[in-house]
Amino acid sequence: MGKLDLNRREMPKQPSHIRRRNFNEVALGYTPELAIAESQRCLQCKKPFCIDGCPVEIDIPGFIKCIAEGDFAGSIRTLKDKNCLPAICGRVCPQEEQCEELCILNKKGAPVAIGRLERFAAYWETTQDKIEMPKIAPSTGRKVAIVGSGPAGITVAGDLIKHGHEVTMYEALHEPGGVLVYGIPEFRLPKAVVRRELNYLQKLGVKLITDFVVGKTKSVNQLLEKYDAVFIGTGAGLPWFMEIPGENLNGAYSANEYLTRMNLMKGFQFPHSSTPIKKHKNIAVIGGGNVAMDCARTALRLGADNSYIIYRRSEKELPARLEEYENAVEEGVIFHFLTLPIRLIGDENGWLKEIECLRMKLGELDSSGRRRPIPIEGSEFVMPMDAYVVAIGNSPNPIIPDTTPELEIGRRGNIVADENGKTSKDRVWAGGDIVTGAATVILAMGAGRKAALSMHDYLSK
Amino acid sequence: MFKVIEKEMIVPNLYLLTVQAPDIAEQIQPGQFIILRSHDDAERIPLSVADWNREEGTLTMIFMVVGDSTLRMAGLNGEDFVPTVVGPLGKPTEIKKIGTVICIGGCYGIGSIYPVIRALHEKGNKVITILESRSNFLLYWEDKLKSYSEKVIIITRDGSSGYKGHIKRLSKILQENTIKPDQIFVNGCTFLLSKTTQELSHYNVPIIVSLNPIMIDGTGMCGVCRVTVDGSTKFACVDGPDFDGRVVDWEELLKRRKQYLNEETVLVHHSGCGR
Repeated sequence: MGKLDLNRREMPKQPSHIRRRNFNEVALGYTPELAIAESQRCLQCKKPFCIDGCPVEIDIPGFIKCIAEGDFAGSIRTLKDKNCLPAICGRVCPQEEQCEELCILNKKGAPVAIGRLERFAAYWETTQDKIEMPKIAPSTGRKVAIVGSGPAGITVAGDLIKHGHEVTMYEALHEPGGVLVYGIPEFRLPKAVVRRELNYLQKLGVKLITDFVVGKTKSVNQLLEKYDAVFIGTGAGLPWFMEIPGENLNGAYSANEYLTRMNLMKGFQFPHSSTPIKKHKNIAVIGGGNVAMDCARTALRLGADNSYIIYRRSEKELPARLEEYENAVEEGVIFHFLTLPIRLIGDENGWLKEIECLRMKLGELDSSGRRRPIPIEGSEFVMPMDAYVVAIGNSPNPIIPDTTPELEIGRRGNIVADENGKTSKDRVWAGGDIVTGAATVILAMGAGRKAALSMHDYLSK
Repeated sequence: MFKVIEKEMIVPNLYLLTVQAPDIAEQIQPGQFIILRSHDDAERIPLSVADWNREEGTLTMIFMVVGDSTLRMAGLNGEDFVPTVVGPLGKPTEIKKIGTVICIGGCYGIGSIYPVIRALHEKGNKVITILESRSNFLLYWEDKLKSYSEKVIIITRDGSSGYKGHIKRLSKILQENTIKPDQIFVNGCTFLLSKTTQELSHYNVPIIVSLNPIMIDGTGMCGVCRVTVDGSTKFACVDGPDFDGRVVDWEELLKRRKQYLNEETVLVHHSGCGR
C-alpha cells in the first residue's frame, strides 16, 4: 500500500467555449498514464465499501488493481463479469452517490475516480482488435422474451444468454437501446458506444427485434405461448406536463419530444435527416434533473442565444449530477432558481412568445426531505421566450399495464414486482423504471440483474 | 425490413401502398394506424390503415404527397423494402349497433374510413356514406364502399359528380334525403374534420373524428400529438385517434398542425440535390 495520494486526477474535457457549439462527447477520457496514476491511489481495502454502493456489485478494487498493474485486459474482464455495459455506466452512473461516495478516500474529499476508470477500461477494449468473449453455458432449450431494449432489458439479456437460455429482445422503436438512444444526448453518451454494447450482445446470441410494440403487435399473453418466461422493462415513457395554461402552444415540448427529435431522429442533421428540430432563440427548460441539463445544453448546441433552466427550488436541491450541473454552467446555461412558470403566452398564430413566472422561497422540510418551495405573492414577472421544454419526469408507459390481464398495477401506473422482479403474473418478471418510476440507468440495471437471477432459477427447475 | 407489395397512384397525388407485415395484419382493427419509415434517417410517418388481408399478411394505406417524406414514400415500388412498419397503434374505432350512421370521407380519408364502414355494416347498421372531393377525378374506391353502404352520396366542389358544393351543404343534403343520423364518423384532413363537426353538431349525436396530428413514436412517449379534448390534454396516439369532434379544440389543433410547415418546404427544395 502506497502513501495516501489525494490528487484525484481530472479527466480531460473539451473546453466549454468550444463544446457548447458541437455535439461531440464532452469528456475525452483518461490517457493510460492518467488511468494508471489514478488507479494507484486505490487503497485496495480488505473490506471494500465501494462494492456496497454498486447496484450490480462490480469487483471494484479488483478491476482497479488490474489497471494499476497495466493489465487492461484483466480489468475489462473483471468489469464485464458483473456489468455488461461498462462503457455506458462509466459515463452515466451517478458514482458520487454510489461507489465513490463510500470510497474510504472520500472522507478526505478525494475518492478514487471509479467511474472514470471504468470508462477508461471500456474504451481501451474498443481499441483492441479482438474483444474477449465470455463463456456461454450449453443451451438449456429454454426461451425468454425481453420487452424493451433499455438498460434493464439489456442486463437481463446479457445475464440470461450466458446461462445458455435463448433470448429474444423486443423494441418498439426502430433503434434498440431505449433511453440510452432516444434520451441521453450524443455529447454525454455517444450513440456509437451504445451500438457497440448492443452488437456485443448480438454476438453473444441475443436476438433483437425492432419495430415491435408488445401490447399492440402481440400481447404479453401471446408471447407467453412461445416463451418460457417474459421480462418487462418498458421504462417510464409517458411525459408529465406542468398543466398550466398555454402548454399546447407551438414551441412547447416535453423533454422526451425535444430529445427524441434530437437523438433518435438525428434532428441536428436536418435537412440531411428528415425529422426537423427548431432552432429557437430563447429557450426555457423546466426542471432540475439530468434530463433538464441535457435539454438546455442541447439547445445551446443548436445555436440558441439564451438557454435557461427554471427550477422551483434552489441550487442546493438540484437533483442533477453535480458534474452535469457544472458542465451546464460552464457552457453558459442560465439558471433561474426559486422560480415557477405559471402561464405561457402565445402570439396570434399559436406560437409561444412569453412565459409568466412566479418567485418562490423555501419553507419547511417536505416529505422528500427537502425544503418546500412556497410562492411569493405578487412576484409575477414575464420573460420573452420562444421555446419551453418540460423536464419534470415521466410516468410508466401504460401500453403493457393496459393490455396484460393478471398483472398487478400500482397506484402510479407502475407494474408491481417483488425484490426479485417477479410480478403477480405467472412467468412474468419486470424491472427498471416501469416498476420504480423514473430513476437511473444503473438502478434499472441492478433490477435487471436481480430479475435475471430469479428467472434463471425458475428456468433451471 | 418490410416488403412493399404494391404502390399505385390511385388518383392524382394520392397513393396506395401495400406492405407485408403479417404480425400487424393479424391484429389490426378499424380505426387503427401504423407508423412507417421509408428509408434510413426518414421521419416516422403515421398512416391510417385502409385495408388488410390477414391471410396474406398485408396492410394497405392511402396517403397524400404533402412534403418530403411522403414524396419519398411515393417513390417506393413493389419488391422494395422499408425499414419500419410498426403497429397497430391507437385505439380501434368503437363498433357497435347504433342504427343509422353516416360515414364521411375526404381525400385519404375515403380509404381509411373503408374498414369502419365495413365493420359498421357487418354489425347491422344502416350506413350512409358521404364522399367529398374537389372533383370527380379525385374519387376512388366507390364500388368498394358501395358494397357496404345503404347509400353513397357524393359532393364535389365543381359539381362534376353528385351534389355540387362543399361539406357545408351536407346538412341540407341530408335533409333532402330525409336522413337523420344516430352517429357520425369522419375521416380526412383536419380541416374537413373541423368543418364537418361544425356543420353537423346540431344533430346532437356523437361525431367521431379520426385525428391526424404530428407524431413521432406513436406510443405515448413524446407527447407531440397532444390535443385538447373537453378541456383536458389527450395524446392522439394512445388515447385516440378517435375523439368526439364536438369537444375537440379545433383552433389549437389546426395551429399545431402547422408547426413544421417551413421545414417541410426546406426538405422538398433540398430533395434530389446533395443527398
